[in-house]
Amino acid sequence: MSRTLIALVEDKPGVLARVAGLMRRRAFNIESLTVGHTHEPGISRMTIVVDSDEKSAEKVAQHLNKLVNVIGVEDATDRPLVARNLALIKVRANGGSRAEVMQIVETFRARVVDVGLDSLMIEATGTEEKVEGLVQVLETFGVLEMVQGGRVAMVRGTE
Amino acid sequence: MRRSGAQIVWEMLMHEGVDVVFGLPGGSILDTYHCLQEYDIRHVLVRHEQGAAHAADGYARASGRVGVAMATSGPGATNLVTGIATAMLDSSPMVCITGQVSSSLIGSDAFQEADVTGITLPITKHNYLVTDVEELAETIHEAFYVACSGRPGPVLIDLPKNVQQAETDFVPPEGEPRLPGYRPLDRPDPEVLAMAADLINQAERPVILAGHGVLMSGTTALLKKLAEGMGAAVAVTLLGMGAFPHSHSLSVGMMGMHGEALANKAIQGADLLVALGMRFDDRVTGRLDAYAPQARKVHIDADAAELNKVVRADVAILSDLSVALDELLGMVEPVDRGQWLSRIAQWRVKYQGGNILHRPHNGRLAAPYVIDSLRQQTDGQALVVTDVGQHQMWTALHYGLERPNSLITSGGLGTMGFGLPAAIGAQVAQPSREVWAIVGDGGFQMTIQELGTLVQENLPVRIALINNGYLGMVRQWQELFYDKRYSATNLVNPDFVQLVGAYGIPAWRVKHHEEMSAAIAEARQESGPAFVEFQVSREGADGNVYPMVAPGAALDEMIYLPEPAIEGATEGEWPA
Repeated sequence: MSRTLIALVEDKPGVLARVAGLMRRRAFNIESLTVGHTHEPGISRMTIVVDSDEKSAEKVAQHLNKLVNVIGVEDATDRPLVARNLALIKVRANGGSRAEVMQIVETFRARVVDVGLDSLMIEATGTEEKVEGLVQVLETFGVLEMVQGGRVAMVRGTE
Repeated sequence: MRRSGAQIVWEMLMHEGVDVVFGLPGGSILDTYHCLQEYDIRHVLVRHEQGAAHAADGYARASGRVGVAMATSGPGATNLVTGIATAMLDSSPMVCITGQVSSSLIGSDAFQEADVTGITLPITKHNYLVTDVEELAETIHEAFYVACSGRPGPVLIDLPKNVQQAETDFVPPEGEPRLPGYRPLDRPDPEVLAMAADLINQAERPVILAGHGVLMSGTTALLKKLAEGMGAAVAVTLLGMGAFPHSHSLSVGMMGMHGEALANKAIQGADLLVALGMRFDDRVTGRLDAYAPQARKVHIDADAAELNKVVRADVAILSDLSVALDELLGMVEPVDRGQWLSRIAQWRVKYQGGNILHRPHNGRLAAPYVIDSLRQQTDGQALVVTDVGQHQMWTALHYGLERPNSLITSGGLGTMGFGLPAAIGAQVAQPSREVWAIVGDGGFQMTIQELGTLVQENLPVRIALINNGYLGMVRQWQELFYDKRYSATNLVNPDFVQLVGAYGIPAWRVKHHEEMSAAIAEARQESGPAFVEFQVSREGADGNVYPMVAPGAALDEMIYLPEPAIEGATEGEWPA
């Protein structure tokens, strides 16, 4: 079972190492970890997806909360979440298959962001399931390269 | 005031109320040491940096203030590591200041460069690499605040040489540091506290488990009130010893693997455990699924991560213990628990025979008698510092601690070599108290070089060496659980009296029971350091710590002192 933790941290050197080190020490398997600035200067936000049950996720959140540079951690898994993943996919597409690939991209509401001689680069945003579905279909044409940004998540509404 | 980074270190140490630093200089911390003489701070020069860390830890535990250790970069800093981990596991407030190679060299594998903040990341409460002298004063201020607030712990500051040399206008920082992610202590949730009070008032067979947190929060008086108000038995953890007077009628002694049978019986028979400032270490619970099977659990701790970590609590209270206990006292109703207390009184009589001191003496010199003699002669009032192993458990079982903050020992990490340097720190913190370092022959030799520190500082630490010529606790496990195959536990030791004598320390050797008391009495007369070696039973019933809960066994499945006691024992005699 994967759990989504949202952490607000001070934007200081070594914070990522502290967070990742703690997860390693407490034997937590990180599925994805994204970090970036927030609207507040000096504060970064992490979305951490871990493979664990609810109880262990609560424990790791408490341990993370003890880190001096961690402002707050929440296991947001069971809250109404908008969770998105970004993927760039380079797929083989020459004369014959190009139109077909572009049609699939349209269906998945993804975008073509680069056109090569015999390949297309596609940008897809959505849940992991959606991205996975797109990749599965594109594999029949030959996926040459792929990169994913990891889950970012936010709780709906205002608190 | 224009000051160099090196001067700011000492200015800030003075500012934080530090009067002693334990350390050893080297290339990358030379600039800071160069300014030491300008400031009114005592420096204790150790022989190995591990000694500095343990001494700072011992100082912290004996004084309740932050202990400070200083070392150079690379090997100096890595030598601190065992001491830092020891302080981390036992929540001891400590600040370590390490030199680092100049900023421009960091990452280049320069001479004596090690990634010290990386290495100590998982064994410090927090650590810092200071790259700008402008941030130094604030960082030191913050480090002291973090080390001693909330659940205390070690903090390390890594200080590159160029930052020590750089100058700036020094303004001492005031007030609480701004740390948006740091919440040192919480107040109890009144609703949850009421639930705890309900469980307490309903309980028929309550046992209070008192841990290190009781001593660190200074709540021993509140604990006594609570126990007496409830009519509850009180068991203590190893680090909680002294939180409740051992001679009190409600005391059932130390719990756990080498705890007293009475304590473990009471816990297993309880219908309510009230755990205060303790963390259900595996050495305390025994087999977890058989732990206190009939008991509901109330757990109060200052650290949220400790609640429900090992044992699921029926009521978990995140709080500063002093506030929680104070409020709880007003909610506890007087309940007659005479039946429970009389059952405990019966157990007390029944299990007394398991104590070797209550058996007929066989004439051999055995460790429990040494500890008992120490207790009698010091009236149980000494500040006792132990190393790790059999002697540590014998001390816990037989010294009968009456006073708070009178036992300093490495509980969580179980660091051999802790005893002597920690005793040095403790004596520096408490110059007028009688300090006994009780050590084994294995652990003593891990930091034996600190005898030099002891002599240089002329500290009146008394050392009792419980010598059985073995890594005794390991040998005991081999005897009981590994087919008596004594793999790599026999020690060929030096003549300790000669060795210690070479440092100029008065030293006695005791081989016979009859000589024991007199040697202790003589050592107590010395105005400086003194040393007594006790060549105790090496093997057999009087060479083992009893009772014992086998690893993986339930807390009440204890191995008791064998019957018939130890009459005519000849096992493991010392060679003539």
